[in-house]
Amino acid sequence: MQEHETVLDVEGVAVAFDGRPVLRGVGLQLRRGELVSLLGASGGGKTTLFNVIAGLLPADAGRVLLQGRDITGQSGQVSYMMQKDLLLESMRVADNVGLPLRLRGASKAQARAEAEALLPRFGLADAGQLWPAQLSGGMRQRAALARTYLFSREVMLLDEPFSALDAFTKAEMHQWFAQARQQLGLSVLLVTHDIDEAVLLSNRVLVLRDGAIAGEVAVARPAAEDFSLTEQFLEAKRAVKALLA
Amino acid sequence: MKRFAKNYLPAAAAVLAVLLLWQLLATSGAVPSYMLPSPADVLAVFPADTPLLFSHSLVTLQEAALGLAAGVTAGFAIAVVMDAFALLRRAIYPLLVLSQTVPVVAIAPLLVLWLGYDIAPKVVLVALVTFFPIAVGLLQGFQSVDPDEVALMRSMGASRWQIFRFVKIPGALPEFFSGLRIAVAYAVVGAVISEWLGGFNGLGVYMTRVQKAFAFDRMFAVIFVISALSLLLMLLVGLAERKSMPWRRGRGEKE
Repeated sequence: MQEHETVLDVEGVAVAFDGRPVLRGVGLQLRRGELVSLLGASGGGKTTLFNVIAGLLPADAGRVLLQGRDITGQSGQVSYMMQKDLLLESMRVADNVGLPLRLRGASKAQARAEAEALLPRFGLADAGQLWPAQLSGGMRQRAALARTYLFSREVMLLDEPFSALDAFTKAEMHQWFAQARQQLGLSVLLVTHDIDEAVLLSNRVLVLRDGAIAGEVAVARPAAEDFSLTEQFLEAKRAVKALLA
Repeated sequence: MKRFAKNYLPAAAAVLAVLLLWQLLATSGAVPSYMLPSPADVLAVFPADTPLLFSHSLVTLQEAALGLAAGVTAGFAIAVVMDAFALLRRAIYPLLVLSQTVPVVAIAPLLVLWLGYDIAPKVVLVALVTFFPIAVGLLQGFQSVDPDEVALMRSMGASRWQIFRFVKIPGALPEFFSGLRIAVAYAVVGAVISEWLGGFNGLGVYMTRVQKAFAFDRMFAVIFVISALSLLLMLLVGLAERKSMPWRRGRGEKE
């Protein structure tokens, strides 16, 4: 496995709704083990781009390549976590997390067993037999992440996974997620409108403006106790703000 | 136990009050007792008539159950088709509503002429009155499913059948049971009405018999039995509802 191998390659994606262009030729690359944030104002086409990559929305132009394979317009190729956790209330947590396996033909018991084995790594060790309604906001989000992970660990698309959480839970989740991502070696494309979140979690931040990539900021990450208090954090934040202004 | 008392005591008290008022009205002589027997008079019928009422109830229940099964099956099929095809939904829905404007009592004699005095016209009539609440309830349930849940399933490569099974069916269960609750009450009443218009056995047939004998106390006894049966069936539906949606059970108990 190469370190800098490109896992996801998006080329010249253009989408228009009723003649109004939302994306005008967006291109980006995601390398293995990397987290890239897509930052921009609400309604700026971030979610649209994700829907195109996930194969839920046809693009007017452009291609999506997963490890060199053309997956344009195909759903079920990359794992996608939407803004809401979308846990199915009628299933226990373990069955929710194991759902991707059942969709591929695994038995209920098989899917549940694999999900249960995964849950401790998502901080849900004893939650498998609970119903989603019994979970806190942070737990629901982690369960949804576990389900996304079980679907595919190649490329994860996360659309504002933490935006619905309160400030404390959010900070906790950021810390947990940064660690979990390292351990599991995830390649993640993250949509957010929170500059701090983008800089805090990413290797690179892409700024999406008026349907195009306005620029890119590489985040230098020193080995500090709390990255958000370092000079490098502020520097990256400044650079991102300059691109947004 | 405390919760049980809190929930059901007011209703039980209200029923008791109505019965008491009725008893007073009947025994005061304001209404001749042969026209309005008191609740006590009606109860007095039961020891002797219970075996007869029981055997007629079985017939009525059988018709109601068969008709309900047919109605639920048809309602389910119609709801699935209307949910899947928007064009058919627009075409069929007005027809469904129109079908409900035709009074049951007007179709029942026709059914008897077409299908005879046996069980067939009763089952058909019950099916006709029960499919509607099921179809409308289920359709509403299917349509109330979060489109994002469907999008998520699609993003995971789910087939239409899998989306139906994992998202749509569980999502529509509450509305289905609301419809079913209405349908079971309709089923018993529908069976009785169709028995009035011709038949050999059943509570409706028995009712017309005691009516011709001016046995008011026995007529009221049949009415008691009919509402008791409806109530029992609705309780069963409630039980099935709680059993089939275990994820909703914990909800009310949190506070």
